[in-house]
Amino acid sequence: MARLARLDLTPEELERAAEQLGDVLDHFADIEALDLADVEPMTHPYPLANVLRDDAVRPSLPRDEVLAAAPAAEDGRFKVPPILGEAP
Amino acid sequence: MTGPDPATALAIAADVRSGTRKAVDVLEEHLAAVAAREPELHAFNLVTADEARAAAEAVDAAVAAGRDPGPLAGVPVALKDNLCTRGIPTTCSSRILEGWRPPYTATVVERVVAAGGVCIGKTNLDEFAMGSSTENSAFGPSRNPHDPGRVPGGSSGGSAVAVAAGFAPLALGSDTGGSIRQPAALCGIVGVKPTYGLVSRYGLVAFASSLDQIGPMATTVDDAALLLDVIAGPDPMDSTSIPDRPRPVLDQLDRGVDGLRVGVIEEMRDGCAPDVLARLDAAAAALEAAGAKVQTVSIPAVRFGLTAYYLIAPAEASSNLARYDGVRYGLRVDAPDTAAMNAATRAAGFGAEVKRRIMLGTYALSAGYYDAYYGKAQRVRALIAKGFEEAYRDVDLLLSPTSPTTAFAFGAKTTDPYAMYLSDVCTIPTNLAGHPAVSVPFGSGDDGMPVGVQLLAPALEEATMLRAARVLEAAR
Repeated sequence: MARLARLDLTPEELERAAEQLGDVLDHFADIEALDLADVEPMTHPYPLANVLRDDAVRPSLPRDEVLAAAPAAEDGRFKVPPILGEAP
Repeated sequence: MTGPDPATALAIAADVRSGTRKAVDVLEEHLAAVAAREPELHAFNLVTADEARAAAEAVDAAVAAGRDPGPLAGVPVALKDNLCTRGIPTTCSSRILEGWRPPYTATVVERVVAAGGVCIGKTNLDEFAMGSSTENSAFGPSRNPHDPGRVPGGSSGGSAVAVAAGFAPLALGSDTGGSIRQPAALCGIVGVKPTYGLVSRYGLVAFASSLDQIGPMATTVDDAALLLDVIAGPDPMDSTSIPDRPRPVLDQLDRGVDGLRVGVIEEMRDGCAPDVLARLDAAAAALEAAGAKVQTVSIPAVRFGLTAYYLIAPAEASSNLARYDGVRYGLRVDAPDTAAMNAATRAAGFGAEVKRRIMLGTYALSAGYYDAYYGKAQRVRALIAKGFEEAYRDVDLLLSPTSPTTAFAFGAKTTDPYAMYLSDVCTIPTNLAGHPAVSVPFGSGDDGMPVGVQLLAPALEEATMLRAARVLEAAR
């Protein structure tokens, strides 16, 4: 789970997490016995469909300001370490 | 009664609008209160005194020029530090956002400022609003003004402390499973979770998007209604905001509860401390004495609220918090490749509870477990919403405790996550249904600490709910 969630945990953290998550999941057994075959899942309190805005150009966030908050930027883009493993 | 309390937001706004008090003087009084007790209580991550002084001067200048600054004229307002404020650090009490200055401002903050409100600072919270005590803040907990040895509740604990300690008459919080109401109860103030969609979430850092809602915290019901009226209403920047313009609630609150039907939720008595239940019964009696018809109602599905919530909210959080990857903002921990940089950044930037919930949510959504956990939780959510719907055929409002206990001691629940989760057992079902609820102070427990009772209402029935809240306020 830690790998799926991109969390680089220490062995101690992993051990504690496994124990605590197991404990929490035990408490969640209360819904196992419920017969919910006829109940539709509820994803949202107010299902609003197709909320549209006018198709008009509006100012977006100033690029310089956004990039200034990034850990690294270059030539108007976010900069990251190599993605596929090879050196740049 | 000898006229309105001069410390309320309504009195301050009336005086500033009429020119009998200056916004700058009101602000300095509140900053003096902050200076006196903030070192002990830690309500704020940041006090924005300079910006507040400029805002207060602008309000006074407007009054001097014959313009009306608006319904919050000169009222100091504290903002939970998960509300974006352009150019002003917004941390969510997380190391991963430390030092980040948002490039835009939340709609609710824009509306507070447009109404003449004076934002005085960003309040402490459990990291990313995940917690019930502020003990999950990366910057240390806030302390309960009634007993600094106890928690203020959470996650909007800093906002509750700011209001309860007199640092600001109004504060904004956010409520995903009780994060406005539970700290309001523990600190002895009023906290409102509005109907989902009534208040724009644009600029609220997302925790669980189908549950999050911003709401007011105040010392009186009328003040909470005043702030609610300012922030409510449609916003093109939040596609989940309800498109109809809401009717203001403040001028609908003096009709009492005569003839209203109120149901006390039987299942929400379970696990509550006897002194809290004694106050609940006293509140029911007070409503009855004011003319309401009080009965007991049973909504069996709410017993499963905690489980549904702790699957749905972490699932949504695991998705929402994927954006903290060290690329576009916030912390980055360097590593040779991007995947390792992501994982190292997130490991260093998130605290233990946030990591726990991200993993729980990742698990609930993962292939093979999706139907058994997330899918099932969504069906339980529907069951709970239906349970409320059926109850509201027989009653206008529901009543319950806000929190099972009064404020607890630091460290009392930090080693057992589930014990902490139980703090929100009475508040969570409302969020799942998307309905409004309010916590009103109603006396104190055996330990002398404040007790709050919760009134719940069908969607968009805030006015009816706050009418009853006002009756309880007068009777406490």
